Amino acid sequence: MEALVALSIAVLTASGVWLLLRPRTFQVIIGLSLLSYAVNLFIFSMGRLRSNAAPLLEKGVQADPAALADPLPQALVLTAIVISFATTALFLVVLLAARGLSGTDHVDGGEGRQ
Amino acid sequence: MTAATSLITLIALPFLGSVIAAFLPSNARNREAWVAGALALGALAIVISLHSAVADGGVVRLQLPWVPLLGLEFSLRMDGFAWMFALLITGIGFLVVLYARYYMSPEDPVPRFFSFLLAFMGAMLGVVLSGNLIQLAFFWELTSLFSFLLIGYWHHTGAARDGARMALIITGTGGLALLGGILVLGHIVGSYELDVVLAAGDAIRAHPLYLPALLLILLGAFTKSAQFPFQFWLPDAMAAPTPVSAYLHSATMVKAGVFLLARLWPVLSGTQEWFWLVTAAGLSTLVLGAYLAMFQQDLKGLLAYSTISHLGLITLLLGMNTPIAAVAGIFHIMNHATFKASLFMAAGIIDHETGTRDMRRLRGLRKALPITATLAIVASAAMAGVPLMNGFLSKEMFYTEALHTTTPFPLLGELLTYAAVVWGIFSVIYSLRFIHGVFFGPPADDLPREPHEPPRWMRFPIELLVLACLLVGVIPGRTIEPYLHTAVQGVLGEATPEYSLAVWHGFTLPLMMSLGAMFGGIALYATLRRFLLNRVDGPPLVRLVGRRIFERTLVFLSWRLARPLEARLFTWRLQRQLLIMVVVTLLVATAVLWGTDFSLPPIDWSAISPGLALVWLAGMACAIGAAYMAKFHRLAALILLGGAGLATCVTFVWFSAPDLALTQLMVEIATTVLLLLGLRWLPRRIKDARSTVRERSRRLRDLVIACVAGGGLGGLAFLVMTRPLPDSIARFFVERAYSEGGGTNIVNVILVDFRGFDTFGEITVLGIVALTVYALLRRFRPAPESIQRPKQQRLAAAHDDAHAARPRGDSIPQHMLVPSVIMRLMFPAAGALAIYLFLRGHNMPGGGFVGGLTLAIAIILQYMTGGTRWFEARWRINAVRWIALGLLCAAATGLGSWLFGHPFLTSHTRYIEIPLLGALPFASALLFDVGVFLLVVGATALLLLALAHQSIRSHRGQGVPAPTVSRKEKS
Repeated sequence: MEALVALSIAVLTASGVWLLLRPRTFQVIIGLSLLSYAVNLFIFSMGRLRSNAAPLLEKGVQADPAALADPLPQALVLTAIVISFATTALFLVVLLAARGLSGTDHVDGGEGRQ
Repeated sequence: MTAATSLITLIALPFLGSVIAAFLPSNARNREAWVAGALALGALAIVISLHSAVADGGVVRLQLPWVPLLGLEFSLRMDGFAWMFALLITGIGFLVVLYARYYMSPEDPVPRFFSFLLAFMGAMLGVVLSGNLIQLAFFWELTSLFSFLLIGYWHHTGAARDGARMALIITGTGGLALLGGILVLGHIVGSYELDVVLAAGDAIRAHPLYLPALLLILLGAFTKSAQFPFQFWLPDAMAAPTPVSAYLHSATMVKAGVFLLARLWPVLSGTQEWFWLVTAAGLSTLVLGAYLAMFQQDLKGLLAYSTISHLGLITLLLGMNTPIAAVAGIFHIMNHATFKASLFMAAGIIDHETGTRDMRRLRGLRKALPITATLAIVASAAMAGVPLMNGFLSKEMFYTEALHTTTPFPLLGELLTYAAVVWGIFSVIYSLRFIHGVFFGPPADDLPREPHEPPRWMRFPIELLVLACLLVGVIPGRTIEPYLHTAVQGVLGEATPEYSLAVWHGFTLPLMMSLGAMFGGIALYATLRRFLLNRVDGPPLVRLVGRRIFERTLVFLSWRLARPLEARLFTWRLQRQLLIMVVVTLLVATAVLWGTDFSLPPIDWSAISPGLALVWLAGMACAIGAAYMAKFHRLAALILLGGAGLATCVTFVWFSAPDLALTQLMVEIATTVLLLLGLRWLPRRIKDARSTVRERSRRLRDLVIACVAGGGLGGLAFLVMTRPLPDSIARFFVERAYSEGGGTNIVNVILVDFRGFDTFGEITVLGIVALTVYALLRRFRPAPESIQRPKQQRLAAAHDDAHAARPRGDSIPQHMLVPSVIMRLMFPAAGALAIYLFLRGHNMPGGGFVGGLTLAIAIILQYMTGGTRWFEARWRINAVRWIALGLLCAAATGLGSWLFGHPFLTSHTRYIEIPLLGALPFASALLFDVGVFLLVVGATALLLLALAHQSIRSHRGQGVPAPTVSRKEKS
């Protein structure tokens, strides 16, 4: 299973980075979203992969940390998901504003020489 | 009020006044002055009331814990010397405020002036009252900062801007050096407390690091006190309003440097290094300043150079390594402050009344301004050191010391004596220029304004100061002696020498020197008068290069050096920046991981579940497809992006992260809606026929980089995942989530309880982003070719026009009629789901983030199906208020724990039995989660609604025809 998740992280990252290096703003925004999936999965996977071990306790039972998935990366990723949504929104609006001001959707703010 | 609490009040008063003054309306000139004057007077009263506590060598201390873990304290300390300075700062400060009330014109933004002036007073008090050297350096920099603001007060003039900038750079750089010196000093002594440092004089002087510490501290003091070769910033600072000059260059700012020299005199002086460095700087400044002052044509310029010269005198006296010279230096600090403040104010009145400060145009003002003239003449006499003036007494002490000083080189003693006389002559000449040139002779008839005596209260500060000059000069024993003694004891303590302030010592050599200098000066002035008057500004024989070096350095740093560096190391092109960033990240990662054990365990293919494999087969195809389509088929790319997101979501479910899966799902919906809303404003893109070889090779390069990055991150993830998990801090959370956090959903307990402070920061960021987006969209101007209505809307409008029965705009709301009705019916259910998810969050998957996103999506669904106009006509969602409420709720919960004496965001848990519902958790963390919920709803709704609203705003075209859409496409 680890190999599969690692492979998907690799593909998401590669697609994301490729788009990040493209000249059009929309490409970059899609790239950033893909990259944030990859990074979230990466951080999540640092707690190792466990099935059927959601970090939920039963009342009154002393929990065994070894029997549950690591809750810490999950807490980190949860806020990261929300924040990456917010930054996507910010970037989208900035690119729209830049598009209105510069008349182009090139990330350099002008077609210019390449 | 005890003496210690008075100290903190004394420091706080000016800053308090600064804040109050800043918020008064700009036309309330009188109220500003009343506030500032009352506070300055209050501070002065406190200083006076503290005299009994510091007389006879007493010290008042106040220490407030600040960062107890680091041993840092906010430490205030007032001894006699600090008391004297505090008296000058508050006393002259009050007079300056009074004077400024009449000086400032109604057009000037007065709140800014009084606000800065009071803040500067507070900073200066901070310097003299600091009991800790680091704290002293902090206030020191604060004085640089506020003097910058004061000098640049009339920032519409270039001279004010340049002068302020130069003062800030020079004194700020000196402040940095001073901080370095203080750190070295603290390293030597082992403490930054002034008391400890002052007691460790011998250890400091014997330490090998003494010289570096001394050099750095002197650099700080000399730049501040405008000592040669850093004197050039001071005349340029004259671009400030005259009350500022009167304050900064008499009692404060420039005196901070000599204050520091005197403050550290007991520990730093007494060595050869001290003698040579300080004496050399003081002597050259003394003579040079006086020489340059003679050739100024601007009244304030003359006073500026005279200030430099007198500061040189004080420095010289402190450098002579004898207690009696130090006494003279301290005495001269007081004398100079009194006569120089009054002279600046007099110059301000002349400027105010005649409209010019050029001494070539001013003459005969004695008739028009008789009282001001008398006052200025007395003050100038004090500056020249005429007998029966306070300036005379300290000058006599200087002459005595110059004659008796013992140096290793007898020649130097001789030189000192001659320099002292030459300085005396120069001082007499420039003082005479001020008196004789301006007030005597036939009245000028070409002045810009007809001069009159100024208002009574504008003159009052000068009268008071001049009276002080006279009283000290005539009866020093009854007026100044006890206070001088208090100040001297603060510096010298046990080593206070015997000295006499008598006016008459008999026909001694110093008196002869004084008289010689005076008559020499008068004779030379009579000879040179015409020559001095007909010159352009600037001295003969001497060309000062300090200023030019400063300017050249500035040009070099900010232009000649910065430009090529920028051209070589920087690019404005974002594409290039991102490329560099990615490559550097890869290089750094490689460097860090170099030599790590990369042995891979065998991959167990059979363990891979076919279900998840299938999901990710689709997911990876989606990711690659999105990358491929993002340029020409944006909608397709967006859908594929959603596919990859769903695969991620399934992965979270699969590997025991229900909370993440829920959040990911909701964010996926919100992101898709968001980007869909944005697509409308992007330009069309039409495929280009061919790409050049260059473009293709660039794409290949990027592909390689992307594959390396992907392979690297994936490989790294695989390596980590196949190794056993070390015992992490997760154990802590698992064991205590229920017993201490009161919740069984550990992830939620971490978010709202254990790491509540992080979450607080994160929701703040979310709120800021939403507000930024909102602000950006308020001024949003779409590209010209995007302004036209989209095709669908135009078709619907054409349809309406073609049918007589349909008013225009009738069709659009109808084409979504069925979904919109369903969604309206569904909204209560969606809202209930959101609240359910939120409430169960503490014990089951859910919580504030998921609940908030769900509610926001329920709202945006109404928007999408009902249409913008329908929605905005019926719904009032003040999303900004939701954000504010959420943040306040979270903050109030955190602060609430303070009421019970716990640190910020300590949570409290209990279960409350409620009939029918059973035991419900009631944790203070729940209230915090309410804040998260409200904020997430507000922020998400604001982001989406603000963007959606753009479609019905009437955007004005920018008057340019739309650029052709079929421009050449490049990779």
